[in-house]
Amino acid sequence: MEKRGDKLIIELKNVRKYYHMGRNLVKAVDNVSLKIKEGEFVAIMGPSGSGKSTMMNLIGSLDVPTSGKIFLDGQDISTLSESDLAQIRGKKIGFIFQSFNLIKNLTAKENVMIPMMFQDHPAEEREFRASKLMELVELKDRMSHSPGELSGGQQQRVAIARSLANSPEVILADEPTGNLDTKTGSTVMDFLEELNNNGKTIVMVTHDPDLAKAHAEVVFWLKDGKIEKVTRKKNRWSGVGKEKLKRQMGYK
Amino acid sequence: MITDFFSLALKNLRHRGIRSWLTLLGVFIGVTAVVSLISLGNGLQLAVASQLGVTSNELITVQAGGLSGYGPPGSNVVDSLTQEDVDAIERLSSVENAARRNIDSGRVEFNDNVKFRYIGSLPNNKEDRDLIYSSLDVEAIFGRLIKEGDSGKIVVGYNFYGKPEDWGGKSVIQGRTVSVNDENFEVIGITDKVGSMVMDNVVIMNENDMEDLFGFGDEADIIIVQPKDGDKLQKTKEDIEKLLRVRRDVDEGEENFEVSTPEATLSTVNSIITGVQIFIAIVAFISVFIGALGIVNTMTTSVLERKKEIGLMKSVGAKNSHIFIQFLVESGLLGLVGGIVGALFGTLIGFVGVLAINNFMGTELTLDINFLLIFLTLIGSLVVGAVSGIVPAMSAARQNPVEALRG
Repeated sequence: MEKRGDKLIIELKNVRKYYHMGRNLVKAVDNVSLKIKEGEFVAIMGPSGSGKSTMMNLIGSLDVPTSGKIFLDGQDISTLSESDLAQIRGKKIGFIFQSFNLIKNLTAKENVMIPMMFQDHPAEEREFRASKLMELVELKDRMSHSPGELSGGQQQRVAIARSLANSPEVILADEPTGNLDTKTGSTVMDFLEELNNNGKTIVMVTHDPDLAKAHAEVVFWLKDGKIEKVTRKKNRWSGVGKEKLKRQMGYK
Repeated sequence: MITDFFSLALKNLRHRGIRSWLTLLGVFIGVTAVVSLISLGNGLQLAVASQLGVTSNELITVQAGGLSGYGPPGSNVVDSLTQEDVDAIERLSSVENAARRNIDSGRVEFNDNVKFRYIGSLPNNKEDRDLIYSSLDVEAIFGRLIKEGDSGKIVVGYNFYGKPEDWGGKSVIQGRTVSVNDENFEVIGITDKVGSMVMDNVVIMNENDMEDLFGFGDEADIIIVQPKDGDKLQKTKEDIEKLLRVRRDVDEGEENFEVSTPEATLSTVNSIITGVQIFIAIVAFISVFIGALGIVNTMTTSVLERKKEIGLMKSVGAKNSHIFIQFLVESGLLGLVGGIVGALFGTLIGFVGVLAINNFMGTELTLDINFLLIFLTLIGSLVVGAVSGIVPAMSAARQNPVEALRG
């Protein structure tokens, strides 16, 4: 069994992302290098305008850097075509958004199935895996509900299930509790912690220092597009649980 | 995979607002026009043809031209045809037989009701009479048709029997007495329903009786000609034209008579109907074009409204081509829905149209549902929808995922 720290999942090398806003050059991400290892719970912390959203887009391969290299699971993604990027993020990254971003015309279960559709998984497998995932986030009895019929916390749990659909290397959560009250927010965080305990790498973007400190073992403090400081807790993960999670997600 | 796009598109379409469906009105109207027209088309042709008295036989009709007004065939001509013309035509080598008919309008009285009806004569000679009968394509539904020596007897059209409201609520049946121009006649037969207003209201009598009433002497209103060889209709027609030009001393192109074959009449009918069809086709084309613009509009709006959804799809692994196909399928299905509703409505209009024609013209048309046509129309509306969706789908596919997610 792999031990934590053996494998780099994400590496940024001298990454810059510059925008032109009118005549001004905005250095959203300015020469950032960082490493995220498998199984880590990482928070990217910073006030608004610190470049954390841009960081998330780059890590999530939604955007390409102006310069520098980004490695996702060992592969340089900074030069890939749009279609290849789409395939990579579909396979290796699971997104969780502040505003849930569920498709309102589809049921909860159908929403969970969407990422698998773009990876050409057969329909029966999608059905089976989606049911398992809904079970995992304890919403088995809400599978055929539409997002509008679910509470915010339930919607975010559906989003968590969706983010796990293709068994990605990394879960990328952008202010996952931002639209939730404290209580439901902490339930959602419990689910993320549980996933992390079972070996999932989690990268959370937040402006809330308490949330970052409470859950993440590594916190990158961002300011004006640069990493101001990095804080680490002692390692928690022992490597157990990874296989258990896979089973829960419906893999053999 | 493509089936997933279809089921996804169907789920999205189910949640569309009334606004989206209204933009389909163009496609709907276009398809309705085409389908109703075609399902009525053959019926329409039959209806017009039967009104003009076109039958499927291989006979030639000769009439004097230079009409001076409306009225029964031959009744207003300046320079009538005569019995001598009939005899001359009959002597042509390509002609088997020729018979004259006289038609006039007479005052018909029954049950104290007076109507003006066309009165037609029948020759005494059996061969000529059979020729006329076959040209009219009539049969007796009650009683029998006129035979030689049937003096003081008439056969009347179906409406005398079938439309008692014309005669004060009383049907004319065989054995009843009807007066024509104040002479009493015994009705010996009713003709079967033809579907033409002329034939269903006609009074047919022996030519001697007709002569007594109207006194047309030597004049012939119509000459019916049977060619020796049914396949050489055109040749026989030309022979008759040549003969009559000489007899009436007119140059080619200035004929004061008309020799017509059923084919020629039918082609006149067809050209009228084709004209109507072209007009409706243009209307349909314009409607579908407007419908296509409507789909472009609603799909473009939809791309803007669903920016966030596009961003989400891309973030969970959708390639540009996936988004493109998704929107194209949705737009194609939108067109198809317009087509389906249009086809249903068009068939309904065709059905109502047939009922109306049958009711007003006394015809017995049936609805001609052309499944191939409907199928092609549906494929067409699917294609129109898809083509209209190309540009919006491209703009959807090209959305930058980061910006799209921002909504």
